[in-house]
Amino acid sequence: MHMSDALLSPAVGGAGWLASAAFVAHSTRRLAGAADPGAPALMGLLGAFVFAGQMINFTIPGTGSSGHLGGGLLLAALLGPHAAFLVMTSVLTVQALLFGDGGLLALGCNVVNLGVFTCFLAYPLLFRPLVGVHATARRLTVAALLAAVVGLQLGAIAVVLETTVSGISRLPFATFLAFMAPIHLAIGAVEGLVTAAVLLYVTSTRPELLHRKHAEGRPLLPVLVVFALATGLLGGLLSWFASTRPDGLEWAVGRVSGSEELPVPSNGLSGALARWQEKTALLPDYSFGSAPEAEVESLPDGPAWPAPDAGTSLSGLLGGVVVLVLALGTGLVLRWGRSRGIGARVR
Amino acid sequence: MTPIDRAISHLHSLDASARLDSPLGRLDARAKVLVTLGFLVTVASFGRHQLLQPLPLVILLSAGWALSEIPVRSLGFRLAIASPVAVLIGMWNPLFEPEPMLRLGSMVVSAGWVSFLSILERFLLGMAAVLLLIGSTGVDAVAAALGRLGVPRVLVTQLLLLYRYVFVLAAEVERMLRAHSLRAPNRPRPELRTVRSMLGELLLRSLARAERVHAAMLCRGFAGELRAVTPLRLGLGDALFVLAGLGFLALVRLADLPRAIGNLLR
Repeated sequence: MHMSDALLSPAVGGAGWLASAAFVAHSTRRLAGAADPGAPALMGLLGAFVFAGQMINFTIPGTGSSGHLGGGLLLAALLGPHAAFLVMTSVLTVQALLFGDGGLLALGCNVVNLGVFTCFLAYPLLFRPLVGVHATARRLTVAALLAAVVGLQLGAIAVVLETTVSGISRLPFATFLAFMAPIHLAIGAVEGLVTAAVLLYVTSTRPELLHRKHAEGRPLLPVLVVFALATGLLGGLLSWFASTRPDGLEWAVGRVSGSEELPVPSNGLSGALARWQEKTALLPDYSFGSAPEAEVESLPDGPAWPAPDAGTSLSGLLGGVVVLVLALGTGLVLRWGRSRGIGARVR
Repeated sequence: MTPIDRAISHLHSLDASARLDSPLGRLDARAKVLVTLGFLVTVASFGRHQLLQPLPLVILLSAGWALSEIPVRSLGFRLAIASPVAVLIGMWNPLFEPEPMLRLGSMVVSAGWVSFLSILERFLLGMAAVLLLIGSTGVDAVAAALGRLGVPRVLVTQLLLLYRYVFVLAAEVERMLRAHSLRAPNRPRPELRTVRSMLGELLLRSLARAERVHAAMLCRGFAGELRAVTPLRLGLGDALFVLAGLGFLALVRLADLPRAIGNLLR
């Protein structure tokens, strides 16, 4: 499942971009050392294959539902983890750019969720050892099934984590995970079966394909652990600072310390960040009615929530409608003026 | 029209509008990529109950649309298909945030509904911005710009080749599925066993084509990099566009324009 821009805070999105950029750099370096002359054409065509292959929806046996190929594991088996990761990155980029699947800000997270876990964890740690040197049909099927399930489960957990840390969706972590894990178990099983079936078909006609020499390498576990920690830390820390209203953490702090915010040191990085945040957040701590006219009446069930004030709500809404009408009107007038002027020419 | 036809014609229409001459199209792709990224970060940086404050961003989108040649139909078509993920996950917010947030006359809107609407708003704004970028620039130029902004050459080449052959392979899939529907008219979708040979065959054809493409690339002097036909050139106009774009984004982020306008009018 693609993580979406709409559910992501800039901090988590940025952390995803950082992590995926590191993996892109790593894979690029590995590929430069491998120097396979036919690689660009092969990678390009296989990327297009995954894209096109995902358009084939098939009936999942036993159920009425349908599924399609994911492709990460298949690519890793054919190209090796590094080239496969770059191909997955390009597929996700084109999907984000052209179809809005996920979105550009979420691209980093999607590359991590759908590329890193499959190519750098499931493939080298499960698929390769399980297939072994002499791949039989059964070994291949079991390996593909396990690797696909594990890879997708990790991806699903990552989606839940990224969504929860971003704080835009209010689904609790456990509820969301309980919802995502079984679905992705099924998707993973289907993905594994399709991958195995296609690999078996291909090896029956061109057995040499599975044994191409590709830029292998150590499983990258230490790098992965460091990045998982860095991502979690960065995402958690930054989104805490970037949050504009008392969230669960601040509320908990308020219960414990009596004041809603921890005393932030006025100097150093955290002080600077806090000052910066105060400046950028025009509605500090999210009182919707922070304008002087807003009378904050406390509700009986607690003052933590901003009281809905009809006056401020109305002026905001009125302004919003005016802005929208102005924006769309400007566009229409501009376009009309242009079409009456110079007609469209082919560049 | 099958879904694949629709997807291909969507790609074609974006490509076609990117090839037309327009003020937005003439700008350097790097400038547009930078402003688009700034736009997306700005949208994401609003709190989840700030429903009205991001609205002025529509001005930027509307102006961008007016200065491009993107047909409003292809824009509207993509925007109408709201992201299923965002909707599926966002629709639970009203359940988890029942606290009152806005009062409109006698109607009180809960915080959950506000944040759900905010998720939809984020999706629409972000999607429109990315479609504007591609529809006024084209995938090739965006990929070239990414390369100049530091994305590794391997990945840029990969993006360009992938995009070039997506059309070819999608057309092959389309033919395969049509053949399947003629042979098995009672089955809307192929079964797993059929898909195995379909995908396997598609994969083998892709591999064979990759060998031919590689030979052809070598014949044309490929040395590890695909060159763009229109070279990138940063001019004064591009600098002004970036400054104005990012300045406007900062203004929308820092000042609550809708409320200011609303207060003026009341």
